[in-house]
Amino acid sequence: MKATAIRAGFLTSVQDLGRTGFREFGVSLGGALDTHALRVANLLAGNDESAAGLEVTFGGLRLRFADDRIVVWCGGDFSARISSTYLAAGHPALVRGGEEFSIESPALGCRAWLAISGGINVPVVLGSRSADLRAGFGGVTGRPVRDGEEFPLDENPQRAKVLIDKLRREKIAGWKPPHDWSNTARREPVLRFIRGVDWNRFNDGTTQRFTADAFIASPDSDRMGIRLDGPRLERSEDVDLLSEAVSPGTVQVPPSGKPILLLNDCQTIGGYPKIAHVITVDLPMAVQLCPGDSVRFTEISIRNAHALLLERNRNLEQFRRGLEPHFQ
Amino acid sequence: MEIKLLGDSALLIRVAENFDDAPGDALNKVLATKRGLEAAQIPGTIETAPAYTTVALFYDPTRAIDAGAPIENIFGWIEQRIRQALSNAGEIHADRTETSLVEIPVCYEQEFAFDLDEVARHAGVHWKEVVDLHCGADYRVHCVGFTPGFPFLGGLPRKIATPRRDVPRKEIPAGSVAIGGTQTGIYPIKSPGGWNVIGRTPLQLFDPEKDPPVLLRAGDRVRFRSITREEFERSTT
Repeated sequence: MKATAIRAGFLTSVQDLGRTGFREFGVSLGGALDTHALRVANLLAGNDESAAGLEVTFGGLRLRFADDRIVVWCGGDFSARISSTYLAAGHPALVRGGEEFSIESPALGCRAWLAISGGINVPVVLGSRSADLRAGFGGVTGRPVRDGEEFPLDENPQRAKVLIDKLRREKIAGWKPPHDWSNTARREPVLRFIRGVDWNRFNDGTTQRFTADAFIASPDSDRMGIRLDGPRLERSEDVDLLSEAVSPGTVQVPPSGKPILLLNDCQTIGGYPKIAHVITVDLPMAVQLCPGDSVRFTEISIRNAHALLLERNRNLEQFRRGLEPHFQ
Repeated sequence: MEIKLLGDSALLIRVAENFDDAPGDALNKVLATKRGLEAAQIPGTIETAPAYTTVALFYDPTRAIDAGAPIENIFGWIEQRIRQALSNAGEIHADRTETSLVEIPVCYEQEFAFDLDEVARHAGVHWKEVVDLHCGADYRVHCVGFTPGFPFLGGLPRKIATPRRDVPRKEIPAGSVAIGGTQTGIYPIKSPGGWNVIGRTPLQLFDPEKDPPVLLRAGDRVRFRSITREEFERSTT
């Protein structure tokens, strides 16, 4: 019971919902950059939502399975296929043993999350199967998936077996999650933020520029953070602060004045002033930014940020219940 | 005590205003706060992250709601519980913090000490005196971060404080002991870095297979001991 990456693509890694409980030791949260997309894909594949899947960056992945599996992918606007049949985002599909699943380079966005029924069965390290590529542990021995790599899959759960039987003829399910959940890349996204811990360390001109102007994602971006070119954000005091906790979503401003939007593999602490924190429900759009893409920021209140997060969680709960008939 | 938003799922609690004047006090307050928060088990808490003068509390807003937080003021609800927890814990002082003394063997020989000469030049002393000063002091771990297990140590003798390198190195070997400004630290894993490397320890500071995965944690006391190249080789095999 395994999958073989005939081609690993630009950057593919094993990720689950990430590592919690080790921040005090300097261990990053890690995990899928869009945990919501991975959760949804897992639920559609009949998995526990925390099963490990693959995070695919810029496509180029070709996978072959040893036995029948349900696959589901969510993320940017990629073109995916099972053998020669086109597979749209969010639709559960049956891949027969020996068949190939492939995902090509995206038209919009840069990342996709692939759930495979059973989940990828690499060892759990510090509470997670996620690859920490910077520290070199988790996932497939702490590194990205390579061409020709084989990795073990856990047995198909009962729910997935039911779905495999149902999809023997049509192969691809006609149902899918809300479009927003399966297709997460947006052109020129506007990311909502709440004020950063150090908002007041920036003068009015700078905070206005932060909310009025567009920024461009730099090629020098990775799972640690998205570096942004654009207006230079002047700091009122040119002192670096004592390091303190940062978090995925934090927008910090180094002395260059070019902000960095931190993502899951960011350091646990940092000393640059924090101008803003992008809200949790908008991070899925942020992690689709490709080099050259334009992005803007707009402020919302913490109350609204929480309301949006709770609404999404309620909708996910409802979605989970709504899926039940498909697995019976 | 100041409590601020660190995004929509974390809070930053500032427990000390001043660090440089009384670093030991700041550290004790941070450790006491972290313990107080852990003991209080505020609903929705995921984990805490201590640093020099702050402790961050990461939480799940949905779990806070389930425990009775009002949807329109989750932040206020948690903030109130934090203040209660920390006042119930009484006056935050911690002269009795759980601290262990860890001795770190370091080989300061040239092969490992890329910047020892630069540190000596900056201090205006012979390199051997840098080693004596570095080994002669008592240090405390103020926080762990940058990379997994990287300890930021306070207590460096002023004389050998050395500014960070203008151009960071692309790769510093695991175990490298270094000076950055008024602090000293140890690179647990191979990583880029801008500190002045003065030696190397054969000890493993981060091992994800172990619980806890780190050799040093905030509050620990540290001393360095100079070892020869032969001793270094013996301890790595």
